[in-house]
Amino acid sequence: MMDIFDIYLLEAVVNGILLGGVLALLALGLNLIFGVIDVTWICYAELVMIGMYGMYYLVQYFGLSYFVAAPLTILLVAGLGALLHLLVIAPLLSAPPINQLLATGGVLFVLQSFATVAFGIDFRNLGIRLPVLQFAEMHFSYSRLLAFGVALIGMVLVYLFMKRTFVGTAIRAISQDRQIMALMGVDTRRIYLITSALGGALAGLASCLLVLQYDIHPFVGLSFGPITFLICVLGGLGNFVGGFVAAFVFAEIISLGGLFSDLEWGYVLAFAFFIVMMFIRPAGLLARRS
Amino acid sequence: MSLRQSVPQSVPWIAGAALIALPFVHREPYHLHILILILIWSFAYTSWSMMGRFGLVSLGHGGFMGVGAYVTALLWNHLGVSPWLGIPIAMAAAAILAVIVAYPCFRFRITGHYFVLVTLALSGIVLQVITATRDYTGGSLGYTPDRTKGSHLLALQFDDKVTWYLIALGIWALGLVIWRWVDGSMDRYALEAISEDEDAAAAAGVNVTKEKLKITVISALMTSLAGALYCQYQMFISPDTVSGISVSLQMVFAVIVGGLYVALGPTVGAVITILLAEVLRIGFGTRAVGWDNLVYGVLLVVFIIFLPKGILGSILARLKTLRSSWGMR
Repeated sequence: MMDIFDIYLLEAVVNGILLGGVLALLALGLNLIFGVIDVTWICYAELVMIGMYGMYYLVQYFGLSYFVAAPLTILLVAGLGALLHLLVIAPLLSAPPINQLLATGGVLFVLQSFATVAFGIDFRNLGIRLPVLQFAEMHFSYSRLLAFGVALIGMVLVYLFMKRTFVGTAIRAISQDRQIMALMGVDTRRIYLITSALGGALAGLASCLLVLQYDIHPFVGLSFGPITFLICVLGGLGNFVGGFVAAFVFAEIISLGGLFSDLEWGYVLAFAFFIVMMFIRPAGLLARRS
Repeated sequence: MSLRQSVPQSVPWIAGAALIALPFVHREPYHLHILILILIWSFAYTSWSMMGRFGLVSLGHGGFMGVGAYVTALLWNHLGVSPWLGIPIAMAAAAILAVIVAYPCFRFRITGHYFVLVTLALSGIVLQVITATRDYTGGSLGYTPDRTKGSHLLALQFDDKVTWYLIALGIWALGLVIWRWVDGSMDRYALEAISEDEDAAAAAGVNVTKEKLKITVISALMTSLAGALYCQYQMFISPDTVSGISVSLQMVFAVIVGGLYVALGPTVGAVITILLAEVLRIGFGTRAVGWDNLVYGVLLVVFIIFLPKGILGSILARLKTLRSSWGMR
C-alpha cells in the first residue's frame, strides 16, 4: 500500500515540475512587461486564450500541421501584444499606473466576450492526443513533457536575447532606469513595442503548449491567469529568477494538493500558502530582508 | 462657494420622497425589477468606491460579494438560519477574509500593482472554492435558496416587488449615508494623505495600516451585504454572477464610467451599465450573450483613456469651472 502511495506521490511531484515549466514561461512574460514598461497586463491569460483559438482554427480549419501553426500563432499573439501596447498602454503611459492596469482589465472583458461572440462557449480541443509515457510504473503525458521542454528552451532563448543582443541589452537597461535611457539615445517607444511583442510571443508560445493539455473555451484563461499573478507577486514583480522559482513552488503545491483532493483545492492551498508567504517574505521569495 | 452648498438643502429630501413614492404610482413589475437591480448594484459599486477613491484599487470585491451571497444562502438551506442572522454572519465572514488578506498587504506595504494582483487572486480563489465545494454550493450550476414554508419576513423572501424596491432603496440610501459619513470624518483626510504619499502620511502621524484596514473592512462589509441582498432578491446565485474576476471588473467599470470621486458616481455607473445590458439583451435577444461585456470592455478602456473622472465627475467638474468663471465677473 505504501509503495503505491509513494509512486503516486512521485508522479505528482514530477507532474508538478512539468506544470511549473509553462507557468514559469507565463510568469516570465508578465515580469518582462512589468520590469520594462511598469504595467501589469491583467489580460495576459486571455492573450493565451486567443492564441489557443488561433491554434485550433489553424489546425482544424486550415488543416495546417501543428508545427506550422505554432509559429503563426506565436506571431499572431506577438502582434496582439504590440497592438495592445499601441492602442491601450501607450496613450496611458503618463496616467496613474492603476489606470493602465484597469484598462487592461477592460481588454480582458473585450477578449473574453469577443471569444464568446465569435467562437461560442462550446469546449473545443485540437483533437491531438499525445501518447502517455510509462516509466517505472508512473504515467506522464508527452504533452506535458513537451510543454516543459519547449518552455525551458523558450526561456533560454529569451535569456540569450536579453544578454547577447543590443536590443536585449537596451531592454535590461530600461528596466533598471526608465528615465536615463532616453537621455542615452535609446528610443524608449521602440523598446516598449519590442518588449510588448516579446511578451505577446511568450504568451503565444504558452498557448501552443497549453492547447495540448486544456480544452479551449472563452474562460480558459481564468484557470491559469490568477495563479500566474500570484507567482509574479510571490517571486517579486519584475524579478525574473524569483518568478521562475515561484512558478515551480506553486506548481508543486497545486499538483500535490490535487493528489489528495480536487484540483481546485490545489489552487486554494496555493493561495493559502501565498498569504502565509506574504507575512514571511512580503517583497518576494528572493528579496533580501531590509 | 462649493458645489454642495450651492444645491438647495431641500433637493435630496424631495428626490428621496419622489423615489419612495414611485412604486405606489408606477407598479410595472419589469421597470421595478430593473430599478431594484440598479439600486442593489449601486450599493455594491458604492462599497467598491469607498476604497477605490483612496487609491486602494481592489479586484477582490467579487470575492466579498460571493461570500455574502453564498454564506447567507448556505446557512439558510443547510442549517435553517434565518437571513436576518445569516447576513450578519456572512458580513462578518467577509470582513474576516478582508482582514486576512488585507492586513499583510498593508502591514508590509504591498501597494499599487501588487495589491491589485493579490486581490485579483482573492476573487479568483473564492470562485474556485465555490466551484470546488460543489456538493454543497452546486458548483458552477448555481444555487437557489429554499423557498420558505413559513414566515416570509423571517426568511427575507418577498414575492412582491414594491417591498423589495423599498428595501433596496433603503440600503442604497444607507450606502450614501456611509459615504457622507466617511467624507466628513478625519479618516478621509488621513486616507487622502495616504493615497498621495504613504511615507509622508506616516511621518505626519497617520497610522497607515489601521486607516487602510478600517476602510477595507467597511467596504467588505458593505459589499457582502450587497451580495446577500442580491441573493435574497434573485433567489438564484451562480459563481459567475456574484463572485470572480469578472464581477470585480464589472464594479470597477461601472464606477469608472459613473465617476469615482463623487457620491452619486457609482449610482450613475449602475444606471448606465444595467440599462446598457438590458437594451442589448432586448435588442439582440439570446445573440446578446457576450455582447454586453464586449461593449463594457471597450467603453472601460475608452473611458480610462479619455474621461478618467467618469461621466458624473466630469459634468460636476465642468459645472464647477463654469460657476467659478461666472463668479469672477
